[in-house]
Amino acid sequence: MSRGSKAFDRGRHTHPLWFLAPAFAILLVFFFLPTVFNFVYAFTDWSSFHAEIRPVGTENFQDLIADGTLLRALRITLVYAVLVAILQNVFGFLLAVLLERDTTVNRIARVLMLVPVLMSALAVGYVFQALLKPTGSVNMVLGIDYAWLADPDWTILTVAVIHAWKWMGLSMLIYLAGLKTVPLELTEAARIDGASRWRLFWRIRFPLLAPAITFNVATALLGSMNGFDIVQATTGGGPARTTEILNIFIYRTFGQGLFAQATTMSLILFLMVALLAFPVIRFLRKREEIV
Amino acid sequence: MSDSRIWTRIQPVVTILLVAVVIGIPLWLVVVTAGKSRGEALTPDLTPPSDWRLLENLGTVWTEGRIPAAFVGSVLVVAPAVVGVLVLGSMAAWILARRSGRTAAVLYAVGISGIVLPPAVVTLVLLLRQLGLAGTATGMIGVYMGIYLSTVIFFVTGFVRTIPPSLEEAAQIDGAGPVRVFLRVVLPLLRPVLATATILICLYVWNDVFYAFFVVGGRLDTLPLNLFRVASAGLYLNNWHLIFAYVIMMSLPLIVVFAVAQRKIISGITSGAVK
Repeated sequence: MSRGSKAFDRGRHTHPLWFLAPAFAILLVFFFLPTVFNFVYAFTDWSSFHAEIRPVGTENFQDLIADGTLLRALRITLVYAVLVAILQNVFGFLLAVLLERDTTVNRIARVLMLVPVLMSALAVGYVFQALLKPTGSVNMVLGIDYAWLADPDWTILTVAVIHAWKWMGLSMLIYLAGLKTVPLELTEAARIDGASRWRLFWRIRFPLLAPAITFNVATALLGSMNGFDIVQATTGGGPARTTEILNIFIYRTFGQGLFAQATTMSLILFLMVALLAFPVIRFLRKREEIV
Repeated sequence: MSDSRIWTRIQPVVTILLVAVVIGIPLWLVVVTAGKSRGEALTPDLTPPSDWRLLENLGTVWTEGRIPAAFVGSVLVVAPAVVGVLVLGSMAAWILARRSGRTAAVLYAVGISGIVLPPAVVTLVLLLRQLGLAGTATGMIGVYMGIYLSTVIFFVTGFVRTIPPSLEEAAQIDGAGPVRVFLRVVLPLLRPVLATATILICLYVWNDVFYAFFVVGGRLDTLPLNLFRVASAGLYLNNWHLIFAYVIMMSLPLIVVFAVAQRKIISGITSGAVK
């Protein structure tokens, strides 16, 4: 018997394994089994047009690569995720610094910043679709007639800003909590040593925000890679499919009855996230060991 | 940085202006548009309606958007799913936190993998059909539990490790079995972290439309699904007044809960995320 399993055996009576069973049963049926199915049905011609399902090898992948859809959807999803992660954290961080002191104005402002977090992402999308219409209020206020949601080059940035707007309140809360954990003695000591405010902030307080940054960046990246609602409600993937992230593609092809294509893209999303996730998981676990 | 004297004077002004523009304008647009007639709301803008028809529009979406049925459907799915993930996730997390060795580490890695890995939505539909759960609330509850169990396991395992085992040992010496120790000693101590997890998971599940579309779309009414339906028809007809009336109806329950428990929720979210 290896040392590892002996250590595991200890606690058989006080912490029995059957406590794990219900959770892992649910995970197995509703999470891992469909994922295994993904690896099977991506290689078939499953669709709503015929009853039987036949294996077709890598045909689905070849088709998606040949017409450029695969690379494009991957690129769009990654660009969107990175934009959201950056914007959501910059907005959240700036808000936290702005609203750090416990004044009445700040307390009310923090609560109002959380309203978008509570709203459904779909609703947020419709609100901004209305605001950003060519004849909408944003253009009216700015006195321009820019088509915010119909520009093949920049609309993805606009949608990422909306996504960041929706979640910046949550990032702000996490950063506020992080700022509060910085011990007062530490900043006092640095101040006595004659550190400038700017140095004090970047050298002492900012590094101690590391756990907050980890949490915020990871959740923003993962949330946006699995995004759907905001893009669907603002552009539906357009203009000219330039904002068609993977989940929009999956939704559209599924609706057309092309189940195998949808499954193939779902598998690709899984593989992409899995590849990117290993460093993220390691990061999260390392953080926990410190705690 | 934030306590220089000029900044102390300017900061409240900056804050109020920022909130007014960034949060005020979008919310104002929702309220005034929901209060307009169809003709006035064709191109939504920030002008107040010439006469307020907010109640009338809310009444229209109440019936057309099948709000009562959707509300019941949402509650029916969200409540069991959230309670389920919290209880089953905490049970698993307790064992994973207290046992050591390679097996526990592997099981933990498997248990939290769902935080990052995306669910296979398309084949999920196929599997639910084979299980006879397609389009049912039970199927939807199972799917949400499968998606969010990992989040609970991650949060709670980290939290349990900060609780000294001596508290459990005292109960064990008194002859309490694992079920009693878990229910009487461990679960009450988990309150803060479970509060955080409840809030986050409620937010995600209550507002989810993507997974709901695949699993129960067209078979069960939930608030986000019906918003999607109303809006898809509404955009086609430019019924912005109805879309935003629905948005108000749908957001109200969460806003009310938040307004009542605002302080607890804020401390709940932050205490669990950053330790």
